[in-house]
Amino acid sequence: MLKRLNGEDDMTGAEVAIRDAEFPVPFASGLEYNAPARGPWNIVHTGMLMPESHQVFACAQGCLRGVILTAAEMVAMDRMSWISVDRNDLFDGSLERNIVEGTADILRKLPRKPRAVLLFLSCVHLFAGCDFDAILAELRAMFPDVVFVDCYMNPTMRKSGLTPDQLMRRQLYAPLAPCPSEPKTANLIGNDRPTDESSELVRLVREAGWKLRDVTACGTFDEYLAMAKSVLEITYLPTAAAAGDALERRLGRKHLYLPLSYDFDEIARNLAKLAGALGIESPDGTGAKQHAVRALEHAREVAGEFSIEIDYTATPRPVGLALLLAEHGFRVTRVYTDAMIEEERPAFERLRTLAPDLLLTATVHAKMRFAGKGVHEHDPVLAIGQKAAYFSGTRHFVNIVAGGGMYGFDGVARLAALIEDAATHEKDTETVIQHKGLGCRSCL
Amino acid sequence: MKQTARIISIHAADTSGVCSMLYELGGMVVVHDASGCNSTYSTHDEPRWYRRDSMIYISALTEADAILGNDEKLISDIVSAANDLAPRFIAVCGAPVPLLAGTDFDAIATEIEARSGIPTFGLHTSGMNSYLVGASEALEAVVGRFCANPVPRTAEPSANILGATPLDFSILGAVDSIREWLEAAGFRVVSCMAMDSTLDDIGRAGSAHVNLVVSSCGLATAELLRARFGTPWVAGVPVGEKFPAVLAESLREAAKTGERALPCADRAFSGSDTVPAIAGEAIFSGSLAKAVELDAGRPCRVLCPLEADDRLLAPCDLRIADEDAAAYAFARAACVIADPMYAPVCPADTPFLRLPHEAFSGRCYRKETPNLINRPLPWRL
Repeated sequence: MLKRLNGEDDMTGAEVAIRDAEFPVPFASGLEYNAPARGPWNIVHTGMLMPESHQVFACAQGCLRGVILTAAEMVAMDRMSWISVDRNDLFDGSLERNIVEGTADILRKLPRKPRAVLLFLSCVHLFAGCDFDAILAELRAMFPDVVFVDCYMNPTMRKSGLTPDQLMRRQLYAPLAPCPSEPKTANLIGNDRPTDESSELVRLVREAGWKLRDVTACGTFDEYLAMAKSVLEITYLPTAAAAGDALERRLGRKHLYLPLSYDFDEIARNLAKLAGALGIESPDGTGAKQHAVRALEHAREVAGEFSIEIDYTATPRPVGLALLLAEHGFRVTRVYTDAMIEEERPAFERLRTLAPDLLLTATVHAKMRFAGKGVHEHDPVLAIGQKAAYFSGTRHFVNIVAGGGMYGFDGVARLAALIEDAATHEKDTETVIQHKGLGCRSCL
Repeated sequence: MKQTARIISIHAADTSGVCSMLYELGGMVVVHDASGCNSTYSTHDEPRWYRRDSMIYISALTEADAILGNDEKLISDIVSAANDLAPRFIAVCGAPVPLLAGTDFDAIATEIEARSGIPTFGLHTSGMNSYLVGASEALEAVVGRFCANPVPRTAEPSANILGATPLDFSILGAVDSIREWLEAAGFRVVSCMAMDSTLDDIGRAGSAHVNLVVSSCGLATAELLRARFGTPWVAGVPVGEKFPAVLAESLREAAKTGERALPCADRAFSGSDTVPAIAGEAIFSGSLAKAVELDAGRPCRVLCPLEADDRLLAPCDLRIADEDAAAYAFARAACVIADPMYAPVCPADTPFLRLPHEAFSGRCYRKETPNLINRPLPWRL
């Protein structure tokens, strides 16, 4: 790492004490580094959740490479095809024709027609003014028994509206069409993995006598289509909220956004909102809250020797999680995040008072190429999240992405248990974090 | 169908070729792109990423900056990072959107060099060509810049290795084996471009008696060194049992005569389709074909899916532009030696011998990649 004259790492610009940090973006933008933590899902992983679907990516070679090998590593190349774009295509007016003919060729060669095709266009298509509607119209006319879904791999537009991740989570539900509703049925929308059955969210729905549908549990395209019947759309990840909003508009269903939280009052409010939507009384969360507190206290006894470092890939609210842990006696020393979502503002303000020396550290800043990765013999680190594990160099880490399917008071208790496990058991960090798409099958 | 594939992979792109070739040389490489190029490269195309630091970055291009032509942000971000990190040189190249926007990387490089005082060059990638194109241009640019001064030849026979990257040779010892073989053949290795050599080593490349081109991405640099220092080059990889001796003799002959040689393409012509077919990069595959010919007595045909100079292919070889062409050629071959990700388009009754190529299948089959350098081939053909 770069050294100051006094021998210490010079992290100026890549790290700041929370008392001095700006919200929501503590660091200036610049060149970006890519840390080798591959657990977070990408648009290919998410798209594969649609049963009996096939993905077709139309992109430049460099863009295709990443998505194709994502599918290859998850042993799903039989559900992935591609059409490359070359320089001439951009200027000779053949963009749309190539995609229509290429997709048709692929579909004719597949051993079995998929029920749906997720057709992805990329930044250059959108810059070049490619007429996606015309492409879809022609393909739908050619293959009336196949559902075509417009999908986007357009990271250049990530600051111009929805990010590719948000778009993907929205388009994953695009085939759900208006239909008669089925009373007492709800959808859990926008998650990569099932939410814990023990969570108050799932238990409340079930105890109210409702059926809960989730694309992660759909084995067939028909099961997936049946999600359109549900009368309530529930989301809790910020990246899924746009999907819930879209379903509310298109299907006329109620969307309930109950953000994943580590604030006990907010958790209680979320559960009360859910109970209201389910038509049942608000649950008394006292017992569940006490259970969560006891679990945190126990975890602190086990993991008390560690400094805690958290990153944004583990949870959309790393600052909120840092606050929870700091309030319960953990020594939280660092949060890795390049920016914070607005939902984090209250926790951010509270932490500035409670733990003003806590460091916010960028993950993409150019200096992070050379940061950390040391062995913390004198100050052992327990990381929550893969990037925190990588940068800290620790083998003690909680291996989760996007909240890890944990929710509510139960989620806090389960996370506390994972902290205990991480404190007592080492992991092979280099191997574990380089597998793509945590929870997906991997050929590595 | 042209530019379309139902099930096979695609080769690493030119931006990855640039990064791979320059990875170990102490420079800073910036790909002008939103985000995907760096993630793809560092995950699938760069096995050194976790354990070996290198200043490979993306510019984090946004829609607004692309449309408004905000090159100033790119320039100032690079200069700022360079001031912090002090690279030996800076290379800046582009992905598809900068191509569409007409970004002038040469002008940007000139501006960066003026502001930072660090040697800077623009490269003309688009994300629409293979790694070979990017790696070739990157190496040529570095050698052109840092290997400019006349130097005396070494007293003993010596050679440079041109075109070595993990995309063609992985990190499982093949390049070390080539070095060892060269040394055993009587050639001191001046530099290996570009694995396990420094920029200073490359700066002394003009002192070598001959250049060994092990991948087609080294060919342009070989021609540059020939034009600049009169150094002859020989194209080939010492695979198998007998071909290494042929290649060593070609190197000695080239060093003596100053003439170029392409033993990888000097193969028996077979008028028949039904010979073993080897799919892959031209020089490696041609060398392997020659090795099979010498070791097993079977002439082979190279199926080249990548950009390659015509000189690197034998008359019997074929270019396979897409999945359909590969399937057609495989169906007529006696057997196929290729990356496992070609297997789905190989007919069930055609024997398929797996030979992972990192530039095609990334890290999927790295563990089963054999080292074929200067040793018996692992297949019975």
